[in-house]
Amino acid sequence: MTGSFLEGWLGGAVLTSTPIFYAALGETIVEKAGLINLGVEGTMLVGASVSFAVASSSGSVLAGLLAGMLAGGLFNLLLGPLVIGRGANQLASGLALMFFGMGLSAFYGKPFVGSSLDGLPSFPIPWLSNLPFIGSILFKQDLLVYLMIPAAGAVWYLLSRTPWGLHLRAVGEDRLVAYAAGSRTVLLRHQALFLGGVLAGVAGAHLSLAIAHTWTEGLTAGRGFIAVSLVIFAAWSPLRILPGALLFGGTLALQIQLQARGAQVSPFLLDMLPYLVTLVVLVLLRNSSRGRMPEGLKEVFESSREGK
Amino acid sequence: MGEARNLRFLGWGASSVSLVLSLASALVLFSVLLLTSGKSPLDTYASIFGSTLGNGFGFSEIFVKMIPILFTALAVALPARLSLVNVGGEGQLHLGALMAAAAALAVGAGTPPWVGIPVTLVAGMAGGALWALVPAILRAKGWLNETISTLLLNYVAIRVVDYFVFGPLRDPSSSNVPQTMTFAEGFRWPAFAGRIHLGIVFALAALVLFAVVINRTRWGYEIRAAGSNPLAARRHGLPVTTYILVVLCVGGALAGLAGTGEIMAIQGRLRPGFSPSYGYLGFLVAWLAGHRPLRILFMGFLVALIATGGDSLQIDQGLPSATVNILMALILFMVLADAWRPDRLEARIQAWLDRKSRGTP
Repeated sequence: MTGSFLEGWLGGAVLTSTPIFYAALGETIVEKAGLINLGVEGTMLVGASVSFAVASSSGSVLAGLLAGMLAGGLFNLLLGPLVIGRGANQLASGLALMFFGMGLSAFYGKPFVGSSLDGLPSFPIPWLSNLPFIGSILFKQDLLVYLMIPAAGAVWYLLSRTPWGLHLRAVGEDRLVAYAAGSRTVLLRHQALFLGGVLAGVAGAHLSLAIAHTWTEGLTAGRGFIAVSLVIFAAWSPLRILPGALLFGGTLALQIQLQARGAQVSPFLLDMLPYLVTLVVLVLLRNSSRGRMPEGLKEVFESSREGK
Repeated sequence: MGEARNLRFLGWGASSVSLVLSLASALVLFSVLLLTSGKSPLDTYASIFGSTLGNGFGFSEIFVKMIPILFTALAVALPARLSLVNVGGEGQLHLGALMAAAAALAVGAGTPPWVGIPVTLVAGMAGGALWALVPAILRAKGWLNETISTLLLNYVAIRVVDYFVFGPLRDPSSSNVPQTMTFAEGFRWPAFAGRIHLGIVFALAALVLFAVVINRTRWGYEIRAAGSNPLAARRHGLPVTTYILVVLCVGGALAGLAGTGEIMAIQGRLRPGFSPSYGYLGFLVAWLAGHRPLRILFMGFLVALIATGGDSLQIDQGLPSATVNILMALILFMVLADAWRPDRLEARIQAWLDRKSRGTP
């Protein structure tokens, strides 16, 4: 491997992992509240299409980003009446949401297919970006890339150090006890869905505004599902999302990099590694990772096993 | 006796009315959505339903799409009766197709159909079952929940197929397109009435078998009992662990047949991305149907109809074919949320019947 290949790959890895990171960070909040949204893919598509449409109509990337965030949050709230209001099966509801997002973004995004945009500019950090090797990998990226670490810290602080986060986690562990203790369980879970959707909207916006610079149908190409896997990989910790996202994004970027160079090596075996690692880690650490999984989620995964 | 039958009929009637109302409200919501962006709902519905229900070839295409959906729905419904959640239909479908393709390519040309077709059947079922075996063992040991493991293995399966299609199984003569060689005639599943193929016979047979085993045999009774109360079932000495392994692997085998049918009857060779999320569609159909055989048939038909109608939207209306996903999702929302609650409808119908029998307006 030459130096420029490594540099290209690692720089690409950081960029590729960004949308996966934001989507998984949002999904962590949702899952901490004892809910699971299997349809992150759909929320990301809505965020990506709306932010691109608004950015290219208004000419303002910031307006596009904000619109994508709002759209993602509102779109996620659709799950509320289903899984909170009616107690519908969460996995099926999430998949329905995914199909909804695929349809809506294809339908409303059609006029924008094929147009392109400068989008989110890269923002080289003075001096640091001139460093050899790591300069271009870490410090010649866009603002959303730099915001990953603060965002992870903020979500960690929100969940573990604020009363709101405490209540939210209590709802995710046992919502009846939380309710008895005076938490507004219905409101809290809707707030979690909204916040998760906002972050999935950021993820979608980064994909269309910063990576693709365009909108096409099905732009996310499975990254929403990667985000769901990543939450499990990170054992529901917002701080472990970033290294996980770099691993998942790194293998994805390697595939892109190899294909761009016309390499005849198959990257697919490498590509499946993150999933297998997640599986093995979950099995090996089954006792401790089961401990980290919000109790309310076990109810979803083990639907009627408790005789309900 | 008559009273009991009346009550059962009432319950059935209420849930049918509820379903019809759900479908109708989804159609209305979709119309509103189309109107707000200046599209004509009438033209759109004419295109979706006209191209499928009003046209011989379109009608047969519904059944073509229904075949894999029925298989993947059964792959979810059977484990669900034991309270197991198999989200891995997509992966099991891919592995089934891969094994069937590998078997067909290995056994080679000149194989007569009476050997070739059973070979694809066995290989396809084995591939799907093996892919489900890992989650089944992990679940039976109590090491990892099957929901997570089957979901994660979906992505692995798709990449395993990519690996073989880009690598060892690639047709050397097609340098641009990654795909296997076409399968020899003896392995191809014959089609009749358009593209409806042999798979529909297997799918319907599997559906009937599922209904009989679950409702009419001791196994089915024990599976349902263990599903509703595993602890009590274990105390009564039921082999719950064996059942976990069996239902997940049989489910995987069925999903494997979905993939086998797609490549042996429709595609003729294995390509990446040959499944438009049939595994996930089957999951939704199974949940919509409450894992019951007759309803799986109905919901499978409905979902297949909408998916087929999407293809014509692109041609007739210039709309992306994914637009039908909106309609599909709206129906799913309505049914999943029980938007028109059958219990309330039942009470209303009962009250109406009472008033009528008393002769008061």
